[in-house]
Amino acid sequence: MQETVLPGANAPYSTLLYVLIPLLPFLGFLLNGLLNRKLSGTVAGLIGSATVLGSFLISVMLFLNFEYQYTVQLFDWISVGSLQIPFQYQIDQLSLIMLLLVTGVGFLIHVYSIGYMHHDENVGKFFSFLNLFIFSMLLLVMGANFVILFIGWEGVGLCSYLLIGFWNKNTAYNNAAKKAFIINRIGDLGFLLGIFLIYLTFDSVQYAEVFQKASTMQIGTGVITAITLLLFVGAMGKSAQLPLYTWLPDAMAGPTPVSALIHAATMVTAGIYMVLRANVLFTLAPDTLQVVAIVGAATALFAATIGLAQNDIKKVLAYSTVSQLGYMFLALGVMGYSTSLFHVLTHAFFKALMFLGAGSVIHAMSNEQDLRRMGGLRKALPITFLTFLIGCLAISGIPPFSGFFSKDEILAHAFEHNKVLWAMGLLTAFLTAFYMFRLLFLAFFGEFRGTAEQKHHLHESPASMTFPLIVLAVLAAVGGFMGAPMFTGGHHYLAEYLAPIFTYSQRLLPAAFNAEPDHNTELMLMGLSVAAGLLGIILAYVFYVVRAQRPAEEEAQRSGPESLVYHKYYIDELYNAVFTRPIMALSNGLYKFVENGIINPVVGVFGRAVNGGGTLLRYVQTGAVETYLILMVIGIVLILGLNFGRF
Amino acid sequence: MLTAVLLFLPLAAALLLLFIKGAAARALALGASLLEFGLAVYAAFAFKATGTVAFNLNYAWISSAGINFHLGLDGLSLLLVLLTTFLVPLILLSAFKHKYDNPSTFYALVLFMQTGLLGVFMSLDAFLFYFFWEVALIPIYFLAGAWGGERRVAVTLKFFLYTVVGSLLMLAGFVYLYLQTGPAAGSLAQHSSELSAFYSLKLSAAEQSWLFWLIFAAFAVKMPIFPFHTWQPDTYTEAPAPATMLLSGIMLKMGIYGTMRWLLPVLPLGVSQWGFLVVILSVIGIIYGAIIAIRQRDLKRLIAYSSLSHVGLMAAGVFSLTQIGLQGVVIQMLAHGVNVVGMFFVADAIERRTGTRYIPDLGGLTRRTPILSVCFLVMLLSTVALPLTGGFVGEFLLLAGVYQYNAWVGAVAGLTIIFSAVYLLRMFQRVMLGPDSAFSETITDLTGSELLILVPLIALVFWLGLFPNSFLHISEPAVINLLSLVGR
Repeated sequence: MQETVLPGANAPYSTLLYVLIPLLPFLGFLLNGLLNRKLSGTVAGLIGSATVLGSFLISVMLFLNFEYQYTVQLFDWISVGSLQIPFQYQIDQLSLIMLLLVTGVGFLIHVYSIGYMHHDENVGKFFSFLNLFIFSMLLLVMGANFVILFIGWEGVGLCSYLLIGFWNKNTAYNNAAKKAFIINRIGDLGFLLGIFLIYLTFDSVQYAEVFQKASTMQIGTGVITAITLLLFVGAMGKSAQLPLYTWLPDAMAGPTPVSALIHAATMVTAGIYMVLRANVLFTLAPDTLQVVAIVGAATALFAATIGLAQNDIKKVLAYSTVSQLGYMFLALGVMGYSTSLFHVLTHAFFKALMFLGAGSVIHAMSNEQDLRRMGGLRKALPITFLTFLIGCLAISGIPPFSGFFSKDEILAHAFEHNKVLWAMGLLTAFLTAFYMFRLLFLAFFGEFRGTAEQKHHLHESPASMTFPLIVLAVLAAVGGFMGAPMFTGGHHYLAEYLAPIFTYSQRLLPAAFNAEPDHNTELMLMGLSVAAGLLGIILAYVFYVVRAQRPAEEEAQRSGPESLVYHKYYIDELYNAVFTRPIMALSNGLYKFVENGIINPVVGVFGRAVNGGGTLLRYVQTGAVETYLILMVIGIVLILGLNFGRF
Repeated sequence: MLTAVLLFLPLAAALLLLFIKGAAARALALGASLLEFGLAVYAAFAFKATGTVAFNLNYAWISSAGINFHLGLDGLSLLLVLLTTFLVPLILLSAFKHKYDNPSTFYALVLFMQTGLLGVFMSLDAFLFYFFWEVALIPIYFLAGAWGGERRVAVTLKFFLYTVVGSLLMLAGFVYLYLQTGPAAGSLAQHSSELSAFYSLKLSAAEQSWLFWLIFAAFAVKMPIFPFHTWQPDTYTEAPAPATMLLSGIMLKMGIYGTMRWLLPVLPLGVSQWGFLVVILSVIGIIYGAIIAIRQRDLKRLIAYSSLSHVGLMAAGVFSLTQIGLQGVVIQMLAHGVNVVGMFFVADAIERRTGTRYIPDLGGLTRRTPILSVCFLVMLLSTVALPLTGGFVGEFLLLAGVYQYNAWVGAVAGLTIIFSAVYLLRMFQRVMLGPDSAFSETITDLTGSELLILVPLIALVFWLGLFPNSFLHISEPAVINLLSLVGR
């Protein structure tokens, strides 16, 4: 197994090819940005999609011909003393997988958007932002050091801001966009401080150097715990974990393809990518891993309970995303590193699928998002229904759909590590199956509950939208086989492929990597998780199909616990009361009482003390600027001239 | 010779302008400032970043007293000369957008100001430095006092008194230092006010302790550092837009530059005694300015408090006395100069169109002004230090330097990246986005001549963000020299 990342000279292709991967979408961004409104929507969409397709094809080529890890140097970016930050890519198993994911799913969502955004007057702007997002995300996954990662990290944050607030006439949407950016910035500060501490500890920010040096350190070193905790704060912001998750549900204000691409499939998994990238550091910090696992499991369960009571189709999916991201962190925390990436991939397939499916429903329902106004849609939208059903089966962990494999692996790892965390995961699996099928039954079964006009408009979406649905449905259905458990006679291609990324971690803690439950335990765990999923589905069926229950209307009376969940535990209200309002009050208070109440008057006293000077000045102040100027210049010339004359 | 031409060319143009009116005056002012910029660019290309002073010009000025007319450029001063000469033509162009009374005089004052600023950045003699320090104050005083807003007289007087008192304290400090020096080689005078003479002084810790505050008073007021800042928001708000740009884009760098050149290496013991206190004040300023900025309703005043907050970080970087922090200061001086001038220009563009800069009256402007929106956003993003903009490189290095100095202080200073997003995104939303306001339907987008100002600024934002090394290399030897002097 290769130990070091080879320097750029060993890159098998010309540098230009690597530059093109992010550059193509960037060109798309410029083109659509500069020609906004001059191009028809379809042309803008084709430009946007084609550039991402180009990046995808290059990524596929790199993937197929990949033999060894290497870096590609573009130029020296920032150099100050020993702080050397080159603009450099690292091509290895992890970045390649992420490249395929970002460009592949990204391309499908671009195609989908051609149909979905067809009627929008700013479709050029939309594709331009979407391309800028892909560009940033590609930098994020390709960078060879933490600072390039940070460029992408903040870049995707900006695109998220721009796209959440895409319909910028709406104040609520603008607030959601601002909230996303600011909460992410809280995480980013942690990330940034983590980078500083990495530099001070290792005298480098380059992955290869940092990880190589780290691999010789003792497990449990304090500074590594500090570094990883700071990095994890960044991950909590970007990947919407407790307590920094509140921006993600609000982010649903953006157009639905944005929710699918940014807020489900790619950007929100950047936190997982970062931990995977720095897996050596996290392996060295068992305390941090413990925190990661607990935060992940808690977020998974917490968000799932909120998902039970949401009536907005996108909000259900949003809380489900938060919850599934929690699963991924749970996997990381129990050192199931490749497992976590496995779930990143399967989740990208089925969650992007479900968001796009929801978009198809919203499109058909003339922008209605309330599940209480839907029902019986499976007849009018057969493709959307079938593909959505596959997504629901996948997320509920029903074999042989993709989510089954990845979720099962997470739960098995958790079981080995800590039974409480496993139980939380299992409970989440049950809740997930319930609320996802609640959504499915409410939307697609029973009687139509919308207006007559909506009913009249109902239609299956155009091919540009159903084609991505079908592709993603296929992936969601069979994607799990890239990581079938060994004992079933399958082959865990993914884990094997990724193994070199975890070489150092494996050497530091071989036991954690080799730990596998015996087959009977594994079968039992598998049986339990499938049973949990089935139970959730059956319960949802009983409630929402057999008994045809409908969620209560907005103003209905709710019991205490019901109301608590319905109002999302009042967390937004809590943050408002504890952070937002006090800071606003402080802003006013400082300005009124400190700035204008203390500092300014004190200076005023001081000013009156020199008022003598002021009075004198007033005599000279005739008001004619020319006079002053001429006097002044004469003075200067005199001074200079007289003194120069002396030698 | 080049330094002398750089210094006197704007002054000569300013004098000529007193006799020229109308379009010719504009052409002359702009032409002179562009020529000046060309000269500075030439100087940058001819400059070798070796750590020695280039383009020396040294004449005995008051030879009996050992005071010299000594100009020269090292990497640090060169970059500030470049910034000044780059910004002045743009500031003049922005002045052309207004119908000022006595426009020729206005332009003359801007150019006169340029001479003062360049003198400050190029002087290598203490009294010469002091002379230009005061010279730079005069034109800006008239610009703000004669062409400013309603409260201009009171506000400008406050500004003037504040800075003059600071300067006089500095002068007193310089005189004391001067009296401690011995004669320069080959000079008949008993003392010398040469920078090098100041650098070789050996003063006791006790002397350095009080001298520190005498000299720092001028710099602290000019930057300004909390709590010496109260002239700043008023002056920035009341001054006419081009004067505000001069003040915020260039003049405040006088304070930072002065600290780096005339304080740190001269009084290293004073710095080690008081440095931590200054860092703390600076960091308080970062947070204080940012929090106050959140609820400001006047566009200019909001940007003024934002600038106060950003200057705090630069000051903390200076006193971190780390190479990373100081190089961060260098990049951030350039980036902040560009950002703040861009922000004030955009604010001015909006005010010229709507007649107001009262934020609650604005809103929903973006739909008719896509180009303005993009320019505004770029400047804003650089101000909030988004990667690939100049503001990021500056703040990244600054925060890294302060973190290296003290991790906890660095973490608190880092709050700026959160707060700047809070107040600037809030402002952007309330001005540009949201439901229609009275101006949404009628506002016009940027004109070609306005883009002439913003495009160079935006280009520099990205150049600084993508290729900061082209500037870092220039200042590196100067910063290393500085650190070795402080560490002596």
